[in-house]
Amino acid sequence: MKTKLVCIGAMLAAFAFPAAAQKKYDPGASDTEIKIGNTNPYSGPASAYGTIGKTIDAYFRMVNDQGGINGRKLTFISYDDGYSPPRTVEMARKLVEQDQVLFLFQTLGTPSNTAIHKYMNLRKVPQLHVATGATKWNDPKNFPWTMGWQPNYQTEAQIYARHILKTRPDAKIAVLYQNDDYGKDYLKGLKDGLGDKARSMIVAEASYEVSDPTVDSQIVQLQSSGANVFFNITTPKFAAQAIRKAYDIGWKPVHYLNNVSISVGSVLTPAGLDKSAGVISTAYYKDPTDAHWANDPAMKQWQAFMKKYYPEGSLINAFSVYGYTVAATLHEVLRMCGDNLTRENVMRQAASMKGWRVDTLLPGITITTSQDDFAPIQSVQLQRFNGKQWELFGEVISGN
Amino acid sequence: MTLDAVILQVLAGLATGGIYASLALALVMIYHATHLVNFAQGEMAMFTTYIAWSLINAGMPYWPAFLLTVGIAFILGMFIERIVIRPVENAPVLGVVVVFIGLLVILNSVAGWIYTYTIKSFPSPFPRQPILGIHYISAHELGAIGVTLAVLALLYGFFRFTPLGLAMRAAAQNPESSRLVGIRVGWMLALGWGLAAAVGAVAGMMVAPVVYLDPNMMSGILLYAFAAALLGGIDSPGGAVLGGFAVGVLENLLGAFVIGNELKLAVALVLIVGVLLVKPSGLFGRVYVTRV
Repeated sequence: MKTKLVCIGAMLAAFAFPAAAQKKYDPGASDTEIKIGNTNPYSGPASAYGTIGKTIDAYFRMVNDQGGINGRKLTFISYDDGYSPPRTVEMARKLVEQDQVLFLFQTLGTPSNTAIHKYMNLRKVPQLHVATGATKWNDPKNFPWTMGWQPNYQTEAQIYARHILKTRPDAKIAVLYQNDDYGKDYLKGLKDGLGDKARSMIVAEASYEVSDPTVDSQIVQLQSSGANVFFNITTPKFAAQAIRKAYDIGWKPVHYLNNVSISVGSVLTPAGLDKSAGVISTAYYKDPTDAHWANDPAMKQWQAFMKKYYPEGSLINAFSVYGYTVAATLHEVLRMCGDNLTRENVMRQAASMKGWRVDTLLPGITITTSQDDFAPIQSVQLQRFNGKQWELFGEVISGN
Repeated sequence: MTLDAVILQVLAGLATGGIYASLALALVMIYHATHLVNFAQGEMAMFTTYIAWSLINAGMPYWPAFLLTVGIAFILGMFIERIVIRPVENAPVLGVVVVFIGLLVILNSVAGWIYTYTIKSFPSPFPRQPILGIHYISAHELGAIGVTLAVLALLYGFFRFTPLGLAMRAAAQNPESSRLVGIRVGWMLALGWGLAAAVGAVAGMMVAPVVYLDPNMMSGILLYAFAAALLGGIDSPGGAVLGGFAVGVLENLLGAFVIGNELKLAVALVLIVGVLLVKPSGLFGRVYVTRV
């Protein structure tokens, strides 16, 4: 009897052990679950971005309804940090130490991510696909646990600079920028892109603080400089104010608007669609208001997803396409991880994407990463607003 | 620095100054009634502006919606005084301030919860094209300044020439004696809150077309409005309006030509500290002397 039991035990062990050898888990992962942490500004000054967190949550609910990833359900724990870095620190610690998530995903905001940058790398917990375009997230040597996702601000600004040099060699450029890391990152990109000509071409720079009620005074200053090109580095509310004010005072420069504020619904409509005509920006994912994509299968699929899983969201809000696209990217990373759900493997797989794409990205734009390239999306396409919608023009341009 | 540039900055400053002035006026109203500075004033104004936005979006024409909102704000202000402020009437000042801050956070969050944080455009009753061909101050900004001045005139008339206005002033300045001559002090306070909320609603509806409607639209403005109210004299409605324009113009001129845009907010803070240190009653405020 005893031998029989031992025999069965040995047989069980023989079956169980190879499987156990394949399955590897860090805190937050198990046979049934993957815990993902996130912070988003659901309240406070940047709360328009909260839509992204809600869309990601909806996407993961859809994945779970379809059976999860490799049989595991996703648990998405997303806390409100009100866009306040100290609260991001508090929430990140709670997520890592109490909730025991496998990694953080899409934590939003340049200052917020800066605040937890060192902590995450010290704890060796991935800070994956952060929702900010600052250039510093692509630094695998010093910060191997942090990775960005969207094209970074410097790359984008360099592309504008190249376009200015090509189309307007006599440009006199005025810059309005938010006085923080994000604004200065763009400004640096522009100057790098202009090279030797930066000094002579940029005739005026004006900054604003997030606490300023309006940027009217700055726009008047910039107009007085006699500039014929305007580079508008502002977040949605100020972008709308700047577009409107420039139009109202009769200033008609060639207007470049950073990708941060291209939402038709929350920027150009409040500014006035007629007043926004002619504004140039970049895009890397499909705009939900663009009639061009009306019959696009990927956008149709996105709409169906929105209606079923995020009905209170808006079908014209570009942030929801962003959230959907970045969540799809993580979906792929976790699929690639298979049964090896360690923090190290999550980073390794995230850094092994080769020309992968999801069809909500613009045609020709792909995601490629490697052990020393932590910048997933590096190309964009220029677009111009025609008074009704964005129109893409030119080729897909790569940043490097 | 050309003369042109200076004039343009002054005009832009007057336009933003009008914004500060309207909210400063509401701050002064509460101070008139309660001798307290209401930190939730901006959020009350924001919240009532959302009510106006809902009414207009439901198809109501602008001016009826405007008047109805002012009425609703008045009732809401009285309601807040009765429900929230009354119980802490005799609490120490700091306690009341905490209640104000609580009110601020609650109104902000509730507005965000109901209306989301995406910015909304708010209609203006004034023409879209600039008046008299002046491009640097829009028709709406001119109109808003006019409305602020009209509110100021109304308030002046109300406090100066009506028995109710007199009773309210008396109740604020000397509650005990007022009670003895038969003024219902509690109700006067509630009326004061109602009036302040109504003035705030007007301010919100004038500000929203310029800075766009979102739950945080007043947070930046409130600080400048404090500076304006203090500069003009926290108990002087006329002073508050003048202070608003002064702060708007000063901020623009210093920001554009002297200290740079980075330090614009500091101008407001230096003004607040400076006025409190040098002349706490402000330029037009009354100096109170208390015998101890």
